[in-house]
Amino acid sequence: MEFVQNFPAFSIMLCLFAGIVSSVLKKNAAKWLNTILIIVVGAMSVAVLYYTASMNTVYVYQMGRFSAPWGNELRIGCLEAGTALFFCIIMLLSLLGGRTHLEEDVESSRHNLYYVLINLLLSSLLALVYTNDLFTAYVFVEINTIAACGLIMVRQNGRTIEAAIRYMIMSLLGSGMLLLGICMLYDLTGHLLMSNIHEQVLSIVAEGTYKVPLLVAIAIISVGLAIKSALFPFHAWLPDAYGYSTVSSAAILSSLVSKGYIFLLIKIIYRVLGFEVFHDSGIINVFFIFGLCGMIFGSFSAIRENDIKRMISFSSVAQIGYIYMGFGLGTKEAMIASIYHIFAHAVCKSLLFIASSGLTDVSNRSRHFVDLTGAAYRNKIAGVGFTVGALSMVGIPLFPGFISKLLFAQASILNHGKMLPALIVLAISTILNAIYFLKTVIRIYIPVENGRNLTITFRQQRLFGVTLLLFIVFSLALGSCSQPIVDLIRQGLESEIISSIPNTIYQLAQSLMI
Amino acid sequence: MGANLLCNYGESVAMLLFGIGFGNLLLQSNLIKKIIGLNIMDTAIYLFLAEKGYISGRVAPIITDGVQDVNKYINPIPSGLVLTGIVVSVSVTALMLSLSIRLYRRYHTLNLDKVAMILKKEDK
Repeated sequence: MEFVQNFPAFSIMLCLFAGIVSSVLKKNAAKWLNTILIIVVGAMSVAVLYYTASMNTVYVYQMGRFSAPWGNELRIGCLEAGTALFFCIIMLLSLLGGRTHLEEDVESSRHNLYYVLINLLLSSLLALVYTNDLFTAYVFVEINTIAACGLIMVRQNGRTIEAAIRYMIMSLLGSGMLLLGICMLYDLTGHLLMSNIHEQVLSIVAEGTYKVPLLVAIAIISVGLAIKSALFPFHAWLPDAYGYSTVSSAAILSSLVSKGYIFLLIKIIYRVLGFEVFHDSGIINVFFIFGLCGMIFGSFSAIRENDIKRMISFSSVAQIGYIYMGFGLGTKEAMIASIYHIFAHAVCKSLLFIASSGLTDVSNRSRHFVDLTGAAYRNKIAGVGFTVGALSMVGIPLFPGFISKLLFAQASILNHGKMLPALIVLAISTILNAIYFLKTVIRIYIPVENGRNLTITFRQQRLFGVTLLLFIVFSLALGSCSQPIVDLIRQGLESEIISSIPNTIYQLAQSLMI
Repeated sequence: MGANLLCNYGESVAMLLFGIGFGNLLLQSNLIKKIIGLNIMDTAIYLFLAEKGYISGRVAPIITDGVQDVNKYINPIPSGLVLTGIVVSVSVTALMLSLSIRLYRRYHTLNLDKVAMILKKEDK
């Protein structure tokens, strides 16, 4: 076994330990520890990605010495490693872009606590991506929820307390249902490891027994995760939670936290239930309908909104609708499109949040559209960043949003029954997106007499400017080099487990003892 | 159907309790009642797990008198899951209670609807 295979376990552990250590560090030390941590974890993910993609392999990593039915496992393939790398990049850029705002929004003595939460959040995201054990997934879902609640709360005002409470209540409803579903699935199959459950589920389905309990378990798990990731009818908490928290938190919450749950759902669909079983369960039709509703109603709410941050938050509801619509189409192609859209949306949404904070800075901190008039001239780089994000959301070629819409359209053609509604709603949603995003872009590029508002140049905000440039380059790269990424996703989805390896640390310790 | 419900009465009670807790957490407007609902919901799941792990006529999986036969003991995994679940729900409850204290100090009410009305007034 090669050393690189240990990296996923290392990166989860490193994040947990860094979280503990940060609680006693000073503000700057915690900041640097966090930055270095994310870079190290990202580098490790690159190594794992290179290893799994070049060898075209998927391996199972046993935590501790217990073998398959009893022990805890990680499952690592190129999709998992790629997602981990992507999460690291987005998290690093979001933190860099929001750093000046963090200084203002959070008391100086509490900065290290913010980085504790960030480290725990990263560890839980990595664990959700890598784990092969359903109950471990549940525990890390809860850690993720608590850390996310802290990220909302960290800016102290009445709005954020209320938003955090609403977020917690909806999340707890979701995780309660998820836990119940996992327990039912355990009851039916007798296992907690994803691969073992999968075998048992297949045999249950083949025998034709326990149809209703299996359906109930699938439904409860799906609804639980849908509530947590803010699918359309459960999105009421979302605009407050994203709109009033500090900008790094908003970027991370919208682009990573909800995506972690969706990634877990994809894992459950593929590794636990099996795509065919999930497809036949009928849940996909529910996802399809609510996804379509989300695409339309999310956009309508965004059009009615007068507050730029809440508008961007409502647009998240629409984009999550796209992802669930992809699940609902029920083909492999659509699933690939959904995963690509997770990436595309994460980049653009965090870019939009960061850029909008730059725009509000030069408009007397006002987030209302009237005050934002001409803001792009006062803060040029933020204006460019916002425009790139908006164009990508609308679906202009060269940008990642276009590719995901193209993939969705191609995938829907393969499904005859759902082709027409999917294509029509896709078109309507694109127009609605264009209405509210281009309206904002035009608004910020209307020249005005600049009397009272200050102007910020690139030199005054180097870190912010460089971060936005990196974001723009990253999103352009994602949009223009989409084919390798799509191939990687396909390879990751189709691959089966080849080798199961025990923990090398344990072997090392054992050989030392002998 | 009815007979099954009756002989698995433990599970039926657990599901009933889950429903009660879920409804309370979702529909109550008082925060403390919501948190009580959350606890009822979580406890119902532990009851469900305990019911599923118990096999009548067997004892807790701690080796007594040197008996190592698997058929003498109940399944220990659900108990382990319950323990993990309890830890999670304790921490979540603590977080929710601390949030409620914050909210009460600021708005002098625990009623979420009233808080929403106060926030609307603040906006205007």
